[in-house]
Formats: sequence, C-alpha cells, structure tokens
Amino acid sequence: MFIRSSRFVVGCALALVLAGCGGVGGWKSDDTAAVTLTTMGFGTADEIAKTRFDAANAAIAPSRAQASEGSFDAQAFLSAVASGSPPDLVYMERRLLGTYAAKKAIMPLGDCVEREKIDMSQFREAAVAEATLNGQLYGMPDFYNNRVLILSDAAFAEVNLDPAALDTGDRQALSTAAARLTKMSGGKLQRIGFDPKMPEFLPLWARANGASLVSQDGKTAQLNDPKVIEVVEYTVGLINEQGGWSNFKSFRDSFDFFGAKNQFASNQLGAFPMEDFYLNVLAANSPKAKVTVAPFRGVDGQPVDWITGNAWAIPAKSPHAEQACEWIKTMTDSQTWIAAAKARAEVRQKENKPFLGVFTGNKKADEVIFRDHVKPDPAVQTVLKAQESGFSEPAMAAGEEFKAAWQNAVNRVLEGKQTPAQAMAEAQQQAQAALDKANSGS
Amino acid sequence: MRRETWAAYSFLSPWLIGFAVFMAGPMVASLVLSFTDYDVLTSTDFVGGENYRQLLADPRVRTSIANTLIYTALHVPVTMIVALALAMLLARVGRRSAGFFRTIFYLPTITPKVAVGVLFLLLFNGQVGLVNAGLGKIGIEGPNWTVDGPWIKPGLVLIGAWSLGSTVIIYLAALQNVPRDLYEAAEMDGASAWARFRAVTVPMISGALFFTLIINTIASLQTFDEVYTAFYGSANQQTYGNDAALFYVVYLFQQAFQFLHMGYASALAWLLFLIIVVITVVQVRLSRRFVYYENE
Repeated sequence: MFIRSSRFVVGCALALVLAGCGGVGGWKSDDTAAVTLTTMGFGTADEIAKTRFDAANAAIAPSRAQASEGSFDAQAFLSAVASGSPPDLVYMERRLLGTYAAKKAIMPLGDCVEREKIDMSQFREAAVAEATLNGQLYGMPDFYNNRVLILSDAAFAEVNLDPAALDTGDRQALSTAAARLTKMSGGKLQRIGFDPKMPEFLPLWARANGASLVSQDGKTAQLNDPKVIEVVEYTVGLINEQGGWSNFKSFRDSFDFFGAKNQFASNQLGAFPMEDFYLNVLAANSPKAKVTVAPFRGVDGQPVDWITGNAWAIPAKSPHAEQACEWIKTMTDSQTWIAAAKARAEVRQKENKPFLGVFTGNKKADEVIFRDHVKPDPAVQTVLKAQESGFSEPAMAAGEEFKAAWQNAVNRVLEGKQTPAQAMAEAQQQAQAALDKANSGS
Repeated sequence: MRRETWAAYSFLSPWLIGFAVFMAGPMVASLVLSFTDYDVLTSTDFVGGENYRQLLADPRVRTSIANTLIYTALHVPVTMIVALALAMLLARVGRRSAGFFRTIFYLPTITPKVAVGVLFLLLFNGQVGLVNAGLGKIGIEGPNWTVDGPWIKPGLVLIGAWSLGSTVIIYLAALQNVPRDLYEAAEMDGASAWARFRAVTVPMISGALFFTLIINTIASLQTFDEVYTAFYGSANQQTYGNDAALFYVVYLFQQAFQFLHMGYASALAWLLFLIIVVITVVQVRLSRRFVYYENE
C-alpha cells in the first residue's frame, strides 16, 4: 500500500516537473506558462537599467526576469553551469563571449534573431562583430563604450597649449606636450602630463599605429608585429619621461577617480584617452572642472575609436530560452533605450545636472536620444563623430588568456624587466598557444 | 563494538560526514582532475601527467613559488618575533589592562582580509600613503611599496603583521604557564634578563612557538585574499598586475576561474599540497631537537 501510494506521489511530482520544464533543451518552451527568468551579471541600480528591465519584463508578461544585482562573476556562472542550473540570461562583457561560445556554454542567437524578427541593422557593426565567433552571433549588443581624449583646459592653459590641437598621431608633438604638461616638485609628481593608459589601451595604440593585436578571424595573434612593438616602446618611453612607471602609477593610484576631487578637478592630469562614460562622471561630480574632448588620432591623422561593451547572451542549457530571447529583443531595442534615456534626462534635470546622453550599441536609439534628449554639446559631438571610426577586437576562443598575455608583457616592459621586443615575443608565443588550444576543440 | 564506541562515533559523525563530503571527497576529485583537461563546460579528457609536466615548465609557476616562499620567509619570523614581544609586554601589565590590550591586539584579526588588502593600497601608496608620510617625518624617503617589485612583499609582510592577534594570544597563554619558580631560581643564580629569556622562556614556550611556526607557515603559503584584493581584485587591477605580487594561490585561482583550466589548477593545488607537506615534515623533524614537552 505504502509503495503503491509512493509511486503515485512520485508519478504526480514527475508529471508536474515535466510540465513546468517544458522548455528544457532549446527553443521549445511553453509560451503560455508564466515563468521567472533567472539572470546573472545585471543590476537595476540606476534609472537606465530599471527602465529597460521593466520594459523587457512587460514584453514577456506574465513571465518576468529577476535581476541578480551584481556584475558577471565567472566563478558563479561556472558553478551554475556545472551544477546543471544555469541562469536563463547572462550579461557579460562582449570580449568574454568568444571563450564561452567556443566551449558551447552559450547558444548562438541566429534562431532567436530569426524567430523574433530582430532587426540586426539597428546595431552598430563593431559591436556585432565583437559578439560574433566563427560567423555566429552569441550576444545581443548592449552599451557601446567609445574611447576619446579628455584634456584638462586648466592644465593646457597653464602651459599655453591648445587642448583641441593635441594630436596623438604626431608622436613628437605629443611627447613635447606631455613634457610641458608634466609637473614635478621635490622629485615627486604633481601632475601627469599625458597618461597613455598602458597596458590597458594597447589595442587602441596599436590600431592607431596601423596594426591589430589579432587577425580578423580571432585565431592568429599578432603581438610581435613590429608596429605593436614600436607603439609599446613609444608609450612606455612617454611614461618614463614623466617620472618612470613606479612614480607614475603610485601617483595615479592616488587619484579620487570617481569623486569631486578627481584628477581634473585637482589639476593632477593633463590629458588621457578614456571611455566616454567618464564624461558623465565628470559632469556629475566636478562640473566646474572644464575639459576638452577630442578624437584619438592615428599616425595617419585619422580618428580611431576602440569600442567595447557588454552583451546579453543565453546559456546553452537555459531552461526558458524562448522567453529569454523575447526578453533580450525588448531589452536591446531602440525604443527601450530611448525610454531609458528619457528617464535619465528627467532625473538629471531634477538634479540640475547636465545629461550627456547614453552611448548604446543601437544606432537607431542613439539617433533619437542625441537628437531629442541631449542638448548640443561639443564633447558629445566629438564622441558621436568618433563612433564613425569605431573598431572592436574580434571575438576569440581564448580571450582572457590572450589579454593576459599582452597585458603581462607590457607590464614587464613598464617594470623594466624586458625590452618591448622580448616581452611581445614571449606574449606572442603564449597567446598563440592559448588560441591554438582553444580553437582545436571548436 | 562496545556501546560507548558507537556513542562516540555518533557524536563524531557530523564532523566525519563533513570531512568526507567537504574535504576528503573534493580532494580525491581534484586529484583525479589533475590528470585531466577539464574546464567545467566541455567534456573531460584524460591527459595523464601532462598538467604536471606543463607546470614544471611554466615560468609563472616558478615566479609564483618564489614570491610565496620569499613572503613566507619574511612573514613568519616577523609575525613570531613581533607577536612574542607584544605577548611579553602583555604578560607584564596588570590583569585588568591585559584584558583591554588583548582585545585591542586581537581586533585587527577579525578584520576581513579584503579590507586589509584595500588598506594596504591606501596606507602604503608611495606618493600619498600614511606610511611614507610617517617615514618622511624622520627623514626617510619611502619607496613606492605598491608598485616597486622589490618592495611589494615587504609591504605585504608589514600589513600582515597588523593582524597577528591570534599568535599573541597563544604566546600569552604559554607565557602565563611558565612556572615562576624557574625564573626565581635563574635570578638567584645571577642570570640576566636575556639569559632568563633564552634559557627559561624560550624552552618553556617552545611548544607554542613550534605550533605557530607550522600554522603561520601553512597560512603564508596559502596567502590569497589580501594580495588578490590589492593587486588582482578588479579588471583594472588585473590590467596592471605586478609579477612581484603573483602569489601561488593567486595564480592557481587565475588558471581555474579566469582561464578555465581546472585540470591544470588541480595539479597546481596538489603541488602546493606537496610543498606544504615537505616543509611541515622538515619542521617537525627539526622540532625534535628544539621543542620541549613537559610530559616527555
């Protein structure tokens, strides 16, 4: 009797579980069932995130997604995948997509795009390219981080230089300007003249010098390209002329980077290349510190803009892939971005602070946002102009190892342990070995 | 089996189950994984001793082992000497004050290691840090502790000495157990303070010294939290990572969770286990000549 009733209970439970898990294994979930999508890597702390999240939830009602309120954590994602309970949606840097795509941890979005009739022409090409591995799209582009030059008007005025005239393509002029802007007292740095942001911005410097760190298909490292070595030598030299790496970095580490006493407000920095989000940080925290924004130029005199950003991906074993796809469509849609920008503009207006816009991976959204919600501003115009020359690093099956290889190499040069040629040769070997191994299984 | 034995096992069972599930099981699993190419996401391939061959040829393994051993060689003696000095001071103050100071010395121990890592960056910044400001007052120009390779480990040792409360408490308990009559006898024989310390205190607390030597050595070889927070905790810090701060467990963590080389990371873990076992065995062997146990 006991055994028979136990079987009945187990049978009922199994039936219920199967009914609830109708979507396991791809794009065949039950559209009518209300489910809660689990996410990883996205928080709803500000009005942009919240407006978009709410809009995406409304699109899949009565189902909804639940925000995880934390940035992407590889350890947590791996644990979730290994234990067979991956999230339905994951939000991560686009440069990470290649690694997870090569290991089939996230699914290609071709079917999703087709089924939901997502208009891919609305997205910026460089963002889509960064999320594409071996011809397959693995992430829907989200933000679009541009890199431009931010120059301190006060520092340039002090040494009688015009910030708008600084040309990163003219190496001699840049070195001279950096030397004039650098301020030292008693052997200690008081102001960095020009921070090339190395090793962080090596891809930008390399492209400006006519080189790429990796081939277009993301399979061949090009770290020992003479043009890359040359640019490492130049930028490290620039730092050495401003007190040397040790003093330079210690001084830079003391900046109140996100505060009211940031390096521009405190006259501690002449200029540096930086992501566009920092313009909003400066506008919000130190509106009185005047800066000029200029494009980063290559040796050919043309603007160069290295872009990065995040993307939404669907784990391969997402229990509710279909709803997740529908949700992503709305989350990255131009209308959702426009609504979010409007919400941010209203908040800024209430705070009596300027709104410098949101730079998205969605061209159509940007057109409306910067036409209808952002007051004309030369800094914003510069970033918008820079977007036209945006490039991204291709997706790679061993993106993290590739990055670690060149970053460690530049750090060794900065610390004076190796010459640029030695360091980049070693990095080339490590990076290529990692790419070969990762691609051998894909 | 006797009824009492079963009772004893039943009382021990929570620990035994916990040990089997959370310690022995994962250890065996990691030993097996160390012979595989495993990345959590794709199938596991048996690769024999390839991971071990690879780690012997990996220059970053050598760098991280050297960093960790240098740090341990600096950290353990500094911790033991400073802790013993503080414990001897505490042993001299009155009972009431001793309680207060014990609490004060122990408080930093309960500070999260992550906070210690952040504090390190603030206090030891070469340009604006309090440490160099203090050194400047006495005419010493301090180094860039957080950037200059040769100064990173000494800086970490100094910040590590800040949380030596546990060692102080162990030494204090040991010092309070040294029979007073031994000191009185030594004094009557005309022994100086140094002679009393060398001939009475050190032998009588040698058990505690040995215990803290082992514990601190193992903890130093496994140093992770504060170093990772200070030098690798964010994407920005990883970008500017300094090889002088590449400790063994930090490298192991990178291999496992940044590069997804779980099999290789398991091999690294077993190499660390082997290093710890060898060092501990050497310490135990040497201790037979130096450690005094009252009941032997």
